[in-house]
Amino acid sequence: MKPAKFVHHTPSTIAQAIALLAELAPQDGRILAGGQSLVPAMALRLAQPAHLIDINGVAGLDRLAVDGNALSIGACVRHAAFQRPPVQGPLGALLATVVRHIAHYPIRTRGTFCGSLANADPASEWCLVAETLDAELVAGSTRGMRHIPARDYFQGVMSTALEADELLAEVRLPLPALGTRTGFYEFNRRAGDFALAMALVLYRVEGGVIVDAHVGVGGVEAHPRRISAAEKALNGRAESAETFAAAADAVADAVLPIEEQPEAAAYKRGLAATVTRRALESAAQNRHENTGAVQ
Amino acid sequence: MNDKTALTLTVNDRPYEVSVEPRLTLADVLRDHCGLTGTNSGCEHGVCGSCTVLVDDTPVRACLMFAVQARGRRVRTVEGLATGDQLHPLQQAFIEHHALQCGFCTPGFLMLATGVLEADPHISDEDLLDTLSSNLCRCTGYQNIVKAVRAAAAQMRTLRMAAGTPP
Repeated sequence: MKPAKFVHHTPSTIAQAIALLAELAPQDGRILAGGQSLVPAMALRLAQPAHLIDINGVAGLDRLAVDGNALSIGACVRHAAFQRPPVQGPLGALLATVVRHIAHYPIRTRGTFCGSLANADPASEWCLVAETLDAELVAGSTRGMRHIPARDYFQGVMSTALEADELLAEVRLPLPALGTRTGFYEFNRRAGDFALAMALVLYRVEGGVIVDAHVGVGGVEAHPRRISAAEKALNGRAESAETFAAAADAVADAVLPIEEQPEAAAYKRGLAATVTRRALESAAQNRHENTGAVQ
Repeated sequence: MNDKTALTLTVNDRPYEVSVEPRLTLADVLRDHCGLTGTNSGCEHGVCGSCTVLVDDTPVRACLMFAVQARGRRVRTVEGLATGDQLHPLQQAFIEHHALQCGFCTPGFLMLATGVLEADPHISDEDLLDTLSSNLCRCTGYQNIVKAVRAAAAQMRTLRMAAGTPP
């Protein structure tokens, strides 16, 4: 239960970190940010990187601020930074709700938002948030900065579009339109455990009907995914138990659970439908709370 | 080949000069190099919370942080809680409410609770339960830990008032 030997590098600028990564990635070098997934993997000897490029001392990476129409989250912004809404309006309230489901407080004080996205665990809450909100990911390398839309980023279980020599420097979450309703629901057996299934929904109501629905499901497939069939079942219809049930059914039909065993897969499909329905109910009920800032 | 790093750790306001491999966790260095064995190592992969310490007054898992990362930071462990023979209100409350049996998890719970109560003396019951679910205790069933921390929170607020610190 002790990590293997590695060389510890401590760059102080992004340029230094990227240069070190370009040099050391071919020699099994990796970025160390919060370390709350990487260090356990090292303790279990599942990961034995030869070099760790520790970005905790890199100036500017702890920036969390609104930039134009997006919330910009730097590579060293900790989960705990979201325990209080980091921005007014529906996005801040949503992030402060979701963070309560991420591990436990002493993990949240070290683990980072961007680290979760770089790790890309199928049960990661922040990965679901990035996918459902159509986040933009900014990857830095010696070739420059590359902007990756979330829909192109997730490729499989802990597999992403990031190259070995790219640092995930920033994630940009678009600010939802004023009046957007949000709902999140996660199922697991114990508080703080990995999600068995979770859903995140966003929509607005205009002229009495749902518009611009986003329905994301995580913890079920190899990576979180927006379910377009469920979004179609919502758009243009009034908020109602029937509409929400139709969207939940669409999720059950659309998802392809990681589990190969038929009983386990069927359970996950049912669970995905249930968390979707509950997320939708939460969005409908919390409308005042989540839109209070703009009324 | 010398692959050790020399660094000064500040633990409970005392400097400790150590020379350690980067792969050593803060928990291991506190115990084996600083001689501060009050911090217990349990699961060693971030699940149990028995190694919880404060780094710059914030609770962290000392098994998920390398000691070299604590350079220039202020580390607090259970050894720093009491003032001489005067127990910290949390330690006293743990005794009075029977919040421990075997005691293995106790240093972690004490440091976790110290960190959150110092940051938020008026922590809500909901937030307190969320926080105390961070660490594993296999003896008490948690009820007495919750009681002890609530009692200590009230005591700490009274002490802050008496000291003229805004509660």
